[in-house]
This record gives sequence, C-alpha cells and structure tokens, in this order.
Amino acid sequence: MGDQDWTDVGNINEVPRLGARTVKTPRGDVALFRTADDEIFALRDRCPHKSGPLSQGIVHGRSVTCPLHNWVISLESGEAMGADKGCTPKIPVRVENGRISIKYQPMSLQAAE
Amino acid sequence: MNVQAPKPHLVKGRETAPREKLVVVGNGMSACRAVEEVLKRDADRFQVTIIGAEPRVNYNRIMLSPVLAGEKSFEEIVINDHAWYQSNDITLHTGDSVVKIDRTTKVVLCASGKVISYDRLLLATGSNPFIIPVPGNKMPGVVTFRDIEDVNVMLRTAESATNAVVIGGGLLGLEAAHGLSLRGMNVTVVHLMSTLMERQLDPAAGYLLKCELERRGVAVLVDAVTEEIVGDSKVQGVRLKDGRILPADIVVMAVGIRPNTDLAKDSGLAVNRGVQVDDHMVTSDPAIVAVGECVEHRGQCYGLVAPLWDMCIAAAGYLTAKKGDGYQGSVTSTKLKVSGIDVFSAGQFSGEEGTEDIVLRDASRGIYKRVVLKDDKVIGAVLFGDTNDGPWYFQLMKSGEDVGPVRNFLIFGQAYAQGGSAADPTAAVAALSDEAEICGCNGVCKGTIVAAITEHGLTTLDDVRARTKASSSCGSCTGQVEKLLALTAGDAYSGERTQKTLCKCTDFTHDDVRRLIVEKGLQSIEGTMQELHWKTPDGCSSCRPALNYYLLCAWPGKYRDDMQSRFINERAHANIQKDGTYSVVPRMWGGLTSAKELRAIADVVDKFEIPTVKVTGGQRIDLLGVKKDQLPAVWADLNAAGMVSGHAYAKALRTVKTCVGSEWCRFGTQDSTGLGVKLERATWGSYMPHKFKMAVSGCPRNCAEATIKDVGVVCVDSGYEIHVGGNGGIKLRSTEFLCKVETEEEVLEYTSAFIQFYREDARYLERTAPWIERIGLEKVKSRVVDDPEGRKILAERFYLSQKHFQKDPWAERGWGGKESKEFNPLLRISGLTAEKEQAYG
Repeated sequence: MGDQDWTDVGNINEVPRLGARTVKTPRGDVALFRTADDEIFALRDRCPHKSGPLSQGIVHGRSVTCPLHNWVISLESGEAMGADKGCTPKIPVRVENGRISIKYQPMSLQAAE
Repeated sequence: MNVQAPKPHLVKGRETAPREKLVVVGNGMSACRAVEEVLKRDADRFQVTIIGAEPRVNYNRIMLSPVLAGEKSFEEIVINDHAWYQSNDITLHTGDSVVKIDRTTKVVLCASGKVISYDRLLLATGSNPFIIPVPGNKMPGVVTFRDIEDVNVMLRTAESATNAVVIGGGLLGLEAAHGLSLRGMNVTVVHLMSTLMERQLDPAAGYLLKCELERRGVAVLVDAVTEEIVGDSKVQGVRLKDGRILPADIVVMAVGIRPNTDLAKDSGLAVNRGVQVDDHMVTSDPAIVAVGECVEHRGQCYGLVAPLWDMCIAAAGYLTAKKGDGYQGSVTSTKLKVSGIDVFSAGQFSGEEGTEDIVLRDASRGIYKRVVLKDDKVIGAVLFGDTNDGPWYFQLMKSGEDVGPVRNFLIFGQAYAQGGSAADPTAAVAALSDEAEICGCNGVCKGTIVAAITEHGLTTLDDVRARTKASSSCGSCTGQVEKLLALTAGDAYSGERTQKTLCKCTDFTHDDVRRLIVEKGLQSIEGTMQELHWKTPDGCSSCRPALNYYLLCAWPGKYRDDMQSRFINERAHANIQKDGTYSVVPRMWGGLTSAKELRAIADVVDKFEIPTVKVTGGQRIDLLGVKKDQLPAVWADLNAAGMVSGHAYAKALRTVKTCVGSEWCRFGTQDSTGLGVKLERATWGSYMPHKFKMAVSGCPRNCAEATIKDVGVVCVDSGYEIHVGGNGGIKLRSTEFLCKVETEEEVLEYTSAFIQFYREDARYLERTAPWIERIGLEKVKSRVVDDPEGRKILAERFYLSQKHFQKDPWAERGWGGKESKEFNPLLRISGLTAEKEQAYG
C-alpha cells in the first residue's frame, strides 16, 4: 500500500469536535467524524437502517446517532449498537500532522490495479 | 470584627457550682466539631470560649475549592454560624490569636492583650501550608490555598490577569488549578514528582488524571523542579531547574502542610512532628487536649477530615469524663473528586514482595481499577473513574477478610462478586456491612445512616443530611445515601428515583438537572456533566440536546449555544427528510402572505429546481427536497424578499394559525388575524421544550382549530378566551380553558407568561398537553392567572429572553455567514473513473 492510495482531504480543525463533515466522492459520500478526544473516524455516509446521512447525526463517545430514526452506530466498527442489527462500511482514514487522509478506493479496485 | 463581648453566664438548670472553663485555641473544623461533641455529651458542663485567628465563624475548609470555582459562596460553606455560638452560649473571639499558655496559672495570653483563664484547654491550631524555600517565595503574588483570604486573592487576580502557576500536584494544588482554570486563567501545574498525587495514586491512575486535566485545558509539568520565583516588585514567572521560565501573574504554593505546633512548643508541651497526644488526645499536660491537624498520634499526623472526627469524639469523651476506648488511629482511604474526576485510594499499592495485583482497565470509559492483594487479603486499592466499590474494598481491607473465594470476581465490584449477575448499584449498597463508610468527608458509616432513617422516620435526602451529616460535604456519596434511603425507608422514601432519570448517562432526573443547573450556576454542558457525575464522557443524543435547552433557558444571552448538541434540524435550520434532503418553510406571520412573497417563493422554486411545494397544516408553504448545500442560497433569496425562518424545524414556536376574523368574516367578533400576527411577532424565535403551536379563532365556530393547539385564543364579543394544552398529534387532546381576558395586551401578557412557565417547568421533549396533565391545570392557573405579580415577572423574563433569541437564523447563517462549513462538504473528489454512479461498499 503506497502513499498514492491515500487522499488528503483536509485539516482536522475543519471538522467540528463532536461533529462531522462529508467528503463527496464519485463513489458516494464519506462521513468524517471527530470525537471529543480528537479521534477521526470515517464511514460511508449511510445508515444501515434506511440510508440516513450519518454525518448529520449527533456524535457522542465513539458513536453517532442517525438523524432519521435514532439508530446508534459505532464509529469504530460501523456496526449498529444495542438491539439493532446492521453495518455501515468503514473507510480507511489516518491523521498525520493534523491532516486527514482517506483511502477511498474500494479494495477490489486496488487488487485489479 | 466579629468579636463578641463575654456574656454573663446564663444559668440553665444548674443553680450552684459555676461551670468549668473550656478554652479552645482555634476556630476551625476540628475545634468546632470537638466542641459539638462535648456539648452532645454534656451541654452544661463547660463555659466555652473559642479564640480564632481568622476574622470569621467556622467554615468548611474542604469547600474552598467550590468557592474558588464559583460553585458556592462563602455563606454556603459556613458550618457554624453566629447563631450556633450564641445558642450554645459560646464566647467567640475572632481575629485574635493566643501567643502564650501559662500552664502554672492556667491562663492564655492573646495577641490583643486579653488574658483568659481556663480549667481545660483544647488545642486545635491546625496546620500551616509549607512554603518551598526558593528565592522570591515571599513576593506579592505568591499565595497558599488554605483559607478564604487566599481564595479572595486568587479571585481578584483572575479578574484581571491571565497566567497562573500552581506548585504542587497533590489534591489541593489540583483543586486550585481547576478553580483558576474555570475562572478563565491559563494554568500550569508544576509537580516535583513524576506522578500526580503520588501519595494517593499509582502511576497509571496518576497518568489518567494528568491526561484528563490536560484535556480540560490545565497544563501539567511533572518532574519539574522550581528554582526561583521571578519578578521585580511582584510575581512575573517561575523559573524551573531546566531553565524554562513559566509566565505567572500569580503563584499558588500547594506542596503540603505542616502541623502548627509553635504555641505548644513554646508552652513546653511535648512536641515531635505534631503535638504529642495519647489515645484520649491528652497532651503531656493533663489539662490540655489537642485535636486535628496539629497533633501527632502514635507517630502519625493526619491531613484528612475523617480521622479528625474520630479524634474529636475521643477528646470529648475525656473532657466530659465519659472516656471510651479512645482514638485508635485511622486507616485512611481517600475518596475524592479531583476537579470533578472520581478518584479513590486506600492502603498500599507500591507493589512490594508477595503482593499481587488485579487490574481492570476500560480506556474508552476512562476507568482504571486496581486491587492489591497479599495472602488473599486486600491491602490496597486504587480506583479511577468509577469509585462506587471503593468503600467495599476499604471495608475488606480493614477487616482483613479472606477474599480467596471471590477473587475471580473481585475486580468487577461487590454486586458481581457477591453473586449478583449484573452490577446492581442498589444491591451493592445493600450488601455493605454496617461498618462500611459511606460518607468519607464526615466519617459516617452505613449503620449510622440506616439507624437514623429507622429511628427518626427519615424520608428525604435532606433529612439524612441534617441528621447524620452524610452527603452534606462534597456530595460524592449522594447516590449511595439515596439508595440506603430507598432500601431502608421503602415506600415511605419520598424518592427522587421514582421518576425516570434524564437518560442512561445520569442518575438525575430532568427536574433535578434543571434545578441543579440554576442552584449551582452551571453554565456549560461539560460543566454540568462534570458536576452532576455524568457517566459518559460526552453524553448521548438524548441528554445533550436536553442540557443545551436547559442551559439556554436558564442563562439567556450568557450561555453559548452548542450546535453539536442540537438535532440536525436545529443545526441546519431546515427539516431533514428521508432522503437526506431538507424542507424549507418561510415564516408567514399569522398565515398572511402577499404577491411579492409568493413571487419570491416561485422564483426560488424555479431557480433551485425544488421538486415539491406544499401548503402545511399551519398555514405555511413548505419547499421540499432542497439539498443541504443549497440551503444558504435559498435562504438568501427568501431573505431578500423580506421573509425569515419559519422555525418549522425547531423545538420552538412553529405557527400561529388564524381565521380571517372581524375584518372579513360575517361572524367574526374580533380581529383574529391581526392578533395572530401580534402573537407570532412576540413569540417567534423562542426555544422551548418541544414544538409549540398557537391559533386565534375569530369566533366560537373556531375555524382556526384553536382548541387543539398549545395555546388557542377564541375571540368572543366581550373579549378573548385563552385555552391551553391542546394537541392534534398522536394523542388528540382538547385544550383546557385557562381564563378570559378583555384586551389584546392581556392576551399577549398571559400567553408570554404561560410560555415562560412552560419553558422553565416542562421537561425537554414534553409538549404542553402531557405537561399540564402531569402538573395539573390548577398549578398553571396559580402561576399565570391568580398571581398578577408572578405573571408579570414570568412575562418579563420571557421578553428578556426574547431579546436574545429573536434573530433570524437564516440571515445569520446565510451565504458566508456563521458556521457556513456546516453546509459544505469538506472536499469534493471528482473525475476519478467513469464509474460515477457506483457507490461504496
């Protein structure tokens, strides 16, 4: 995995604490979340329940509550928490020197290259 | 000065022998507690005189931190007020100190020149803060953290200056740092050792504490040696051994305390580190006893509160000739709230030969627990983040019980280890032995609390506090005391807990939280969570919006709205729809619109290709299917035509629905449309516990459907009927009649007062209908109708709040406005491949 797979998407300070921003890609929206401890997580911006935009939810701890029907999704795993079942794909993300980058190509494409 | 002239002795019952003279040197917590214990045993035995150096009555020194942090006032931390001294016939000399004891003639000589004779003398001179011997340590701006004067100096400094350095990373130093930080200063803690609170915490817990403090904005330097305090005429900085200079407008020395033994030493009493006493707190002179931080008992000096109380009991027993077993020394545990962070420690944890550790870490919840065993006995424990089981471990440690049978479960806490399948906190309290200490501040054990509840039929927390002092100091054991009440008093327990808690993050109910926000002056979400022992680091999607509303309502204009704690609709000022697009509803005052507005709306619909336009139930026009990044532009166009946000998305006034009224309608009795517009102009923009709808009907035919609104006005010939608490939603509810008034001005005043009462009393997400069902219409009438003075005050508070909230959010947040990044993606990546429509995953 070379550095060319990573795309710089912005500075960590552009994502509000306990909030989210989106990155629009040709393959759909990616939601970037920032926790109170400045951890950054990236998920596909679709709730496994009814495709609600998770980026618009309230971030708490390491989870986000979907704005449509209050499903709580783990930012670490993308899994629905509690009694709900479902999973949102995780997007590889890293923070270096305050810059966020994501790897937004699906694995399958990479293998083909 | 509060010096009282000695009073003639009031004879209470005893006509003959004059009472013995008990003179108390010191007017602090130990001194007064000892006197209380003496009075409890034999109220008439002594004529008591107290001499204190501070110019005030006895106050709770432990609570200086909350005073510094602005959570309490001095009055609130007074333990014994003037009335106490008076009613117990105690002569109090404040602002004076004893300079000499003449033990042969049994008199004390005061700095003021007073000479007071004694039969018994009680020394409670306390301790002095230690000042590290470095150059500059006497410069103006260097303070200690010992009395209320120190706090006042810190508060004055914090008003005008920016930088504070606290030397010492023990409990006192960290409390000072936390308080100064809350007061807006940049605070650096300089600690000599490599672990904060190294006497109470092991390195792991010390590290967690350091991280947590740093997260809260306090800088912490460990292994830092202070070499000099620099400055010309006053403090300017602290120079460390490694050459660094930390800028400082104030330096707080909090490196430790030394027993204050000067007077005892000068008077020829046996003194080592402290004034030496036997098990009955008697010094080397049988007429003189000593208690508190100034004494040394079996080679030990104590700086915590709990041992001092035991000393006072022993001393009082001796003084009243009711000697008990005396004081046997204390095994101390520390259960503390350091800057709002729960910490517990007891016993040994240095990890010597033959000891074993059981450790549990839960990093994401910030929990660390370590129990130290030796030969299957608990010899020490350190808890960080969750300290509920502290008293249990402490109890196991003191009893020396063999924990072999439960050691597999020991670390999960008492409820679990003793067979409960889940950690039920009530079961944990039930399982405690009678000797288990509940309140560490006041040394109250479970048995005492249970006995008090049973004997005196106590049913409330305040009763227990008044009777036993448990939970009356720092409050960290409040939860346990309430559980004891519930267990012991059963159904009689008046029970804060019969109501549901606000959410799973807290033990407090909505009502508790609201009350405490006001009482404690809490002005931020983080502060509220800290102060009220929130169980999650930053709450959840239930409690954050609720707290944001409560704070907004309590401190209009002061509290800074936290956008990240608002539901998306209130963050984006539009309603999210199932496909992630938004709907936009411009305000139409009282349902009135015009050709100009309709034209502007039509233009917006064309320009942004808005797919659906619909008329709402509240007489507005809804534009559906607007993309989030279009919102600011849509608003700008609507603003340009004079329209503002309709708040159709908010827990706030939605609409005032009207009929055409007397202006057009042949049945109309009053100008219902005009009144509707006035009501809407007066009440728009106000955030409320839930959405709020109003209507004005021009006659009892009620075309505006006023009787299913939160407030419905029905016009009649002779005036206006005001109806409240209706709901046309899931559970249809008709309004109840509140009152009838004669003028439009009265309608506005009554409505404003009603709204404000609802804002201040209802729970977040409680509509007026269930709220009124819960509290009863009579309650509403008593506040809004029957009490004209109170109504005016409520209305005034509403108008004041409206001054801050009547700002069009669309204008504020339109193009280039506030927080515009909310509406834009961080980045758009395009032109990657041809597979544009293929989605992720």
